[in-house]
Amino acid sequence: MDYATLLQLLDTTLRLATPLLFACLAGLYSERAGIFDIGLEGKMLMAAMASASVAFLTGSVWAGLLAGMAASLVLAGIHGLASITFRGNQLISGVALNFVASGVTVLIAQRLFGQGGRTPPLAGDARFSAITLPFAEELRGVPVLGPLYAEVISGHPLLVYVALLMVPLTWWVLYRTRFGLRLRAVGENPAAVDTAGISVVGLRFAAVAITGILCGLAGAYMATALQAGFGREMTAGRGYIALAALIFAKWRPVAALWACLLFGFFQALALRPDVVEAVVQVKVPVPFLDALPYVLTVLVLAGFVGKAIPPRAGGEPYVKER
Amino acid sequence: MTLMKKVLGTAATLALTAGVATAEPAIIFDLGGKFDKSFNEAAFNGAERWAQETGGTYKELEMQDEAQREQALRRLAEAGSNPVVMTGFAFGDVLAKVAPDFPDTKFAIIDVDWLDQPNITQIAFTEHEGSYLVGMMAGLASKTGTVGFIGGMDIPLIRRFGCGYAQGVVAANPDAKIVLNMTGTTPAAWNDPVKGAELAKGQKSQGADVIYAAAGGTGVGVLQAAADEGILSIGVDSNQNGMHPGSVLTSMLKRVDNAVYDAFTKGTALEPGVTVMDLAAGGVGYAMDENNASLVTAEMQAAVDAAAEKIKSGEIVVHDYMSDDTCPAATF
Repeated sequence: MDYATLLQLLDTTLRLATPLLFACLAGLYSERAGIFDIGLEGKMLMAAMASASVAFLTGSVWAGLLAGMAASLVLAGIHGLASITFRGNQLISGVALNFVASGVTVLIAQRLFGQGGRTPPLAGDARFSAITLPFAEELRGVPVLGPLYAEVISGHPLLVYVALLMVPLTWWVLYRTRFGLRLRAVGENPAAVDTAGISVVGLRFAAVAITGILCGLAGAYMATALQAGFGREMTAGRGYIALAALIFAKWRPVAALWACLLFGFFQALALRPDVVEAVVQVKVPVPFLDALPYVLTVLVLAGFVGKAIPPRAGGEPYVKER
Repeated sequence: MTLMKKVLGTAATLALTAGVATAEPAIIFDLGGKFDKSFNEAAFNGAERWAQETGGTYKELEMQDEAQREQALRRLAEAGSNPVVMTGFAFGDVLAKVAPDFPDTKFAIIDVDWLDQPNITQIAFTEHEGSYLVGMMAGLASKTGTVGFIGGMDIPLIRRFGCGYAQGVVAANPDAKIVLNMTGTTPAAWNDPVKGAELAKGQKSQGADVIYAAAGGTGVGVLQAAADEGILSIGVDSNQNGMHPGSVLTSMLKRVDNAVYDAFTKGTALEPGVTVMDLAAGGVGYAMDENNASLVTAEMQAAVDAAAEKIKSGEIVVHDYMSDDTCPAATF
C-alpha cells in the first residue's frame, strides 16, 4: 500500500467516522446522565429525513439542519418523557422509537415527494459543500505532512470539523464545568445529587436534549453532506455502531474519538477489499470487515481489553421516595 | 326449486365470468423499490404505460425484505391476479415452488431463464451486449485511461454487466485499466446509495474518470458522487441521463418497461418459455438525449453504433459471463 492509498483511506475514514462521532458523543451525554439510549439510530434517521426534506423545500441547508435537530429533539423528548417522567424501561422506549422512526420517515417522505420514501436530490445551497482549509494548496508540496493536510484534513464539509471540535468541548463540559460534574454524578448516584438540592429530572432532561441535538447533527450530516438526500434506512445501523464505539471508549470523550475513527477506518477498509488483500495477502471477506466493530466491542465487554464499567445508575429510573 | 337452482346457477356463472373478466395483472417489485430510478422503475413505467393505454388497473407490491417473497407471490395469485409479473432473479427459486400450486395463473419473471413450467414466461436480456456499447463509450471518453464499474449485489447477472462493459472498454482502448467493485453480497446492496457514493470516490482516487453503476438504487449514490467529484458516470436500466445533466455520459438501457408492457398486454394469453430480448430485438441499448449530447462526440457515437451493427450481425460476439463463469477482459 503506497502513501497515496493510505491518505485516501484516511480521507474516507474521516468522512465515515463523523456521523459515528456525533452519535457516539450524543450517547455519551445521555448515558453519563444515567439514561441508556438505544434510539440513537432512530433519531439520526428522523433528522436525516427532516433535514433533507426541509433543505429541499427551502433550498437552504441551514434550515434543513435546524429541522433535523428539531425532529431529533422531538424523539429525544419522547424518550425523556417515557424514561424520566414516567420511569419506563429505557431500552424498550429506545427500541420502540427506532421502529417508529424507521416507518414514519418513509411515510412522511413518500407523502411529501411521492418518490418511494426518498427525497429528491439536493443541489447547491441545499447541501453542505466541502471547505478547503487555508494554505491547503500551498502546503501540498511539504513532504509527508503536506499531502496529509491537503488530502485528509482539508476538503470536508463544515460538519466534519464541528464533530471534531465537539470532542474537546465535550471533555471540557464534562470534566471542567459544574454542569458536567453534576451530569456525571446524576449517572452514578442520583440520590446524592438530589440531596444536594439539584433537580435530577432537570439534569437528565438536559442530557437527553443534548443527545437529541447531536443526533440531529449526525442525521443532517448523513443527508445533506455525505449524501444529497434521504433514502429509506439510510443510517444503516450507524446508531448501533456508535453505541458499540461508546462502550469501546468506556464512556470517555477523547477515547470516543479514537474509537469512532477506528470503526470508520474499518468501514473505509470494507470499501477497498483490494487494498486489504494486497496488505494481508489473503482475500478477506467484506462482511468480516463489517462485523469487526461488533467483534471488538464484545471483546471489550468480555473484559479482554481493559474493563468497561457503565455509569452505575444507568438504566434505572430515579425514584425520589419509596 | 328448479327455478332457484337456475337462478343460482346463472348467478354463479356470472360471478365466474365476471371473475375472469376482472382478473387484473399484478407486478411485484424487488428490494430496490419501485422508485429506484433504474431497474424497478423501468418495470413500473411499463406497467403505467399499459394502464394509461388500456385504462386498466393492476395490483402492485414492493418487497421490504427477503422473507416476504413467497408470501407476496401466493397472496397475489390467491387474490386472482393474472398474470403476475415479478422483477428480478431473486424470485426464481420461489416462483419454481409457487407456480405449480396455481396452474391457472400465468407468471412472468424478468432476468430468469432456467425455470421449466407450463405457466411461467421468462424474459432475459442480453445485458452484456448493452454494457459492451456503454463500455466502448467509457473507453473513448476516459482521459485517464482508467474506468470504473460498481455492481450491486455480487451475482452472476451483475458480473455479466461488468464483463460486457470491460470487453467494450478494452475494445475502445486496449490499454485501459478497469476498477471493479461490488456493493455487497446481500440484496441490501441494491439500495445503499451511501456505500455507492463512497465506492465511487474510492474509484476516482484510483484514477477512474468514468464509472458505470449497475446497482439499482445504489446507483443513485454513485451518480451523485460522480457529479460531485466532476467525473462522468453511466446509468443503468432506465435512462438516467437527466439525473445529473452533463455528468451522466449515457445510460445502458434495458427495456424492462417493454417486457412488463408486453406481459400485461398479452394478459392470460402469455405463452410459456424464454424470451431473449437482445440488442437486435431492441431489448438493450444506450441512451442519447439532450442531457448528454454535449458529452458524446459524433465520432464516439459513430464508433459505438458501428459496434452495435456488428453485434447485431454476429460479427462481434460479446462473451457472456453467465455462459461459463469466466470473463476474458476482467477478473472479479
